Amino acid sequence: MTANLETHDYDVLVIGAGGAGLRAAIEALAQGARVGVVCKSLLGKAHTVMAEGGLAAAMCNVDKADSWRTHFRDTMRGGKFLNNWRMAQLHAQEAPDRVRELEQWGALFDRTSDGEILQRAFGGHTFKRLCHVGDRTGLEMIRTLQDRGVQMGFDVFMECTVTRLLTDGGKIAGAFGYWRESGRFVTFRAKSVVISTGGIGKSWKITSNSWECTGDGMALAYEAGAQLQDMEFVQFHPTGMVWPPGVQGILVTEAVRGEGGILRNKNGERFMEKYDPQRMELSTRDVVARSIYTEVREGRGTEHGGAFLDISHKPAEYVKKKLPSMYHQFKELADVDITKGPMEVGPTCHYMMGGIRVEADTGQSSIPGLFAAGEAAAGLHGANRLGGNSLSDLLVFGRRAGLAAAEHAKKTPLPALDSVQIDEAEQQVLAPFERATGEDPYAIQRDLQQTMQTLVGIFRTDEDLRRALAEIEKLKARAANIRVEGSRLYNPGWHLSQELGAMLIVSEAVTLSALARRESRGAHSRIDFPKLDDSLGKKNNVLAKRAGAMTLFEIAIPEMPADLKQILAEEK
Amino acid sequence: MAEAVLRVFRGDANGGATADYRVPLVPGMVVLDAVHSVQAHQAPDLAVRWNCKAGKCGSCSAEVNGRPRLMCKTRMDSLPQGEPVTIYPMKSFPLIKDLVTDVSWNYEVNRKITPFTPRPGADWKMDQKDVDRVQEFRKCIECFLCQNVCHVLREHGKEAQFGGPRFFVRVAGLEMHPLDGANRIPQLKDQLGIGLCNITKCCTEVCPEEIHITDNAIIPLKERVVDQFYDPLTMLVRKIRGAT
Repeated sequence: MTANLETHDYDVLVIGAGGAGLRAAIEALAQGARVGVVCKSLLGKAHTVMAEGGLAAAMCNVDKADSWRTHFRDTMRGGKFLNNWRMAQLHAQEAPDRVRELEQWGALFDRTSDGEILQRAFGGHTFKRLCHVGDRTGLEMIRTLQDRGVQMGFDVFMECTVTRLLTDGGKIAGAFGYWRESGRFVTFRAKSVVISTGGIGKSWKITSNSWECTGDGMALAYEAGAQLQDMEFVQFHPTGMVWPPGVQGILVTEAVRGEGGILRNKNGERFMEKYDPQRMELSTRDVVARSIYTEVREGRGTEHGGAFLDISHKPAEYVKKKLPSMYHQFKELADVDITKGPMEVGPTCHYMMGGIRVEADTGQSSIPGLFAAGEAAAGLHGANRLGGNSLSDLLVFGRRAGLAAAEHAKKTPLPALDSVQIDEAEQQVLAPFERATGEDPYAIQRDLQQTMQTLVGIFRTDEDLRRALAEIEKLKARAANIRVEGSRLYNPGWHLSQELGAMLIVSEAVTLSALARRESRGAHSRIDFPKLDDSLGKKNNVLAKRAGAMTLFEIAIPEMPADLKQILAEEK
Repeated sequence: MAEAVLRVFRGDANGGATADYRVPLVPGMVVLDAVHSVQAHQAPDLAVRWNCKAGKCGSCSAEVNGRPRLMCKTRMDSLPQGEPVTIYPMKSFPLIKDLVTDVSWNYEVNRKITPFTPRPGADWKMDQKDVDRVQEFRKCIECFLCQNVCHVLREHGKEAQFGGPRFFVRVAGLEMHPLDGANRIPQLKDQLGIGLCNITKCCTEVCPEEIHITDNAIIPLKERVVDQFYDPLTMLVRKIRGAT
C-alpha cells in the first residue's frame, strides 16, 4: 500500500452524482451524516442531465382522477408484473412529495393556467402525469439538487473514478479509486456506501447513453459479493435519431409523442394501429420499439432504416415552446425542421431495468452498509420501465437510500481498511501501463458494442445469445491483456481500460439472464419463445459471483398483499 | 473517402504544440466525433472532456477555428473544407492537458451565491409568464463558454473580483424567481463585481443555449444595483440617517 495514499473518512460515501446520488447525499446530510460524493465527470454533467420528457407523479394537477393507486397499477402493468411491488407502491405514493420538495428548493416546472405544476401525457400512463420543464426536465432537476447539496455542504470529488469497493469482514469499508486528472490514487473509508452510478448503455453501439454509462456500480457491487437482478431487461427507447450517422442513437424524447406526435412508415401508414390500436403512439416503450423494428425489418422502414415521427401538424410556435431542444437538435444536427416535416427515428439502447438487488424500503444490498438507488438498482420497473418513472425513481429511492445509509452509519464504527485489498486494486489499475505489448482498449470496446448490438438487441434467440457469450469470453481474455500508452495524466485510453472491466461484467450478466428467460416479457423478446410464460412471471433471475464465476439462480417474487392485488384488479 | 485534417493542441501546463491528424469524414459528423476518431485510432491518450454528445451537458467546450463553441454541436461540414480544423482548449482557464482545462474556479464562485430562499408563506402558485423569464436563465448548461470569452476574465484576469456572465445568469434566475425572498444585490456589487462588466455582449454571442445574457440578465441586474446603491434620493436618505 502506498505510504502516503490520499484517504478520506465519511459516514456516507455516495458514488455517482446523478439524480439518485445527489438526492441520497442531500438526505444523508439532513440526517447529520458527513457525506462525500464521488463522480466520474464534473458536478452537474451526469446522465440525468439528458432526461427530457418529465417526471411521473400523481399530483392530480391536470387529471383530478389520478391517484397513487393508478400510478402503481400503470407501473406494474408496464413492468409486466415482474416489478418489486413494494417499490412500485412506495414510488407511486411518495413521488408527489418529492416533486414538491424540488420546487421548494428552487426548481421551476411549467405551469397550468391556475399556477400549478403542469403535467403531460406519456406512454403507459393512464393520466397526464409527467411534471416537466419543456424537454429539459433532467437539467432542471440536476441543477436544483446540485445547488441544494452544495448549500448543505457535501464534499464533491469530481472526475474521480472508483475501481473497487473495500470490505471489512463482509461489511462495506469504503472504496478505492483514482483522480482522472492526475491519475493519483485516492481511498475512501466509509461506514455506508451508496451506489448511484446509473446504467450500462455504452455496451451497445447505438445508444442514447453518455460515455459514463458503463455499469461501474453494478460491477463494483457484484465484485464485492452483491447480487444483480433482472439483467435481461434492457430498454430500447423507440425513438433515437437514425440519420446522419454521426448522431445515430441520440434521444428523441417521448414527449414528442406525448404532445401528439404520430408514427408512420414509408408508405405513410400509421402502423401503431396494428400493434396497439388503443394506446397507439403512447403505448409502452417495449411495444413501440418492437413495432418500429418490425416495420423496418419487413421492408417498410425509411430510407435510413427508421420510422417517421411527425409533430408538424401542431402549430410551429407550440412545437418550439414545448420541444425546444428537439427543434434545435434536428435543425442543427440533421438539417430537419420538425415544425415543417417528420423526423426519422429508430430504437436506441436507453435504460437498464435490472441492477443491484436491494431491499425495497432502504436500498440495502446483500452486503451490510452497501446501498443502491436509481438505475443502478433493480426492482421498481420490472420487465419494462414507463417513461417518466426514472426521474421519480431517482428522487424516491435516492432519498430512501440516503436515509438508510445515514441510519446505518450512526450504528456503525469506522471500519478498518485492508492494505491487501488496496494493493491489489493499485496493481490492477496500473497493469495496462506495465505491458510492453497488448490489446488496444478502443478496439475491445468497439467489438463489444458490435457484439451486444447484433446479438443481444431487441429480439433475441438462444443461438445468438450463446454466440454472444462466447464472444464476451474472448473479449474478457483480450481485456486482461490491455496495454495503454502515455502517462497517468488525464489519459482517456487508460480510463477506458478501467471501464471495460465493468462493461464486460454487465454484458455477460445481461446475456446470461436473457438466455435463461425462455419467454418474451416486456423489453425482453425471444424469437424462439415469443409468448409470455405465467410461471416465469413469478420469479426474478439473480446473478452472483460463486467460486469466481458468474452464477445464475432464480428467486421467487413474494406474494403481493391483498390490498395491492385489489388495486391491480380494478379498472381505472 | 473524404478526409479532414484536425490540428489539435497537445500539451499540458508545461507547454505544448499542435499536432495534425487526418480523419475520414462521415455524413453529419461533428467535431467531437472527429476528435473521438483520433482517440480511437491514432492518439488514445488525447484528452477531451465530454459527456452527452447531444448539446445538453456543456462539457465539450473548446475553441474551434478560433471560435469558442461546443464540439458536439459543430458540424464538420459547417467549417471551411480543404483547410485544417484547429482545435484549442478554452483559453481563459488553466490547462490540464490537451483540450481539457481546469474549470474549478467556476464552482467556487457558485458557492458564494445566496441560494434560493422562498418567501415565507409562499403558496407555490406561479404564472407561466413569470416562470418563462426565469426558465430562460435555467436553460444554462454550464459550458462556461461565456466565462471563456468575457474579456474581464480572458484579458484582465479579474477572477478574484468578478463572477462572470454564467453567474450573473444564475443570480438573475434567483432574483427574478417569483417566490424568492433573498436580496443578492449587495453580493452582486461587491463579491461578484458586476460593475466590471461593460456590456460588450461577447458572452451572449457564444451562448449555445441562446440565452440573452447581456440584455435579459446582466443589464436588469445592473439596474437593480444602481437602484439600491446609486439612486440619488436613496443615497441622500442614507447620508442623513448615517448609514453606510
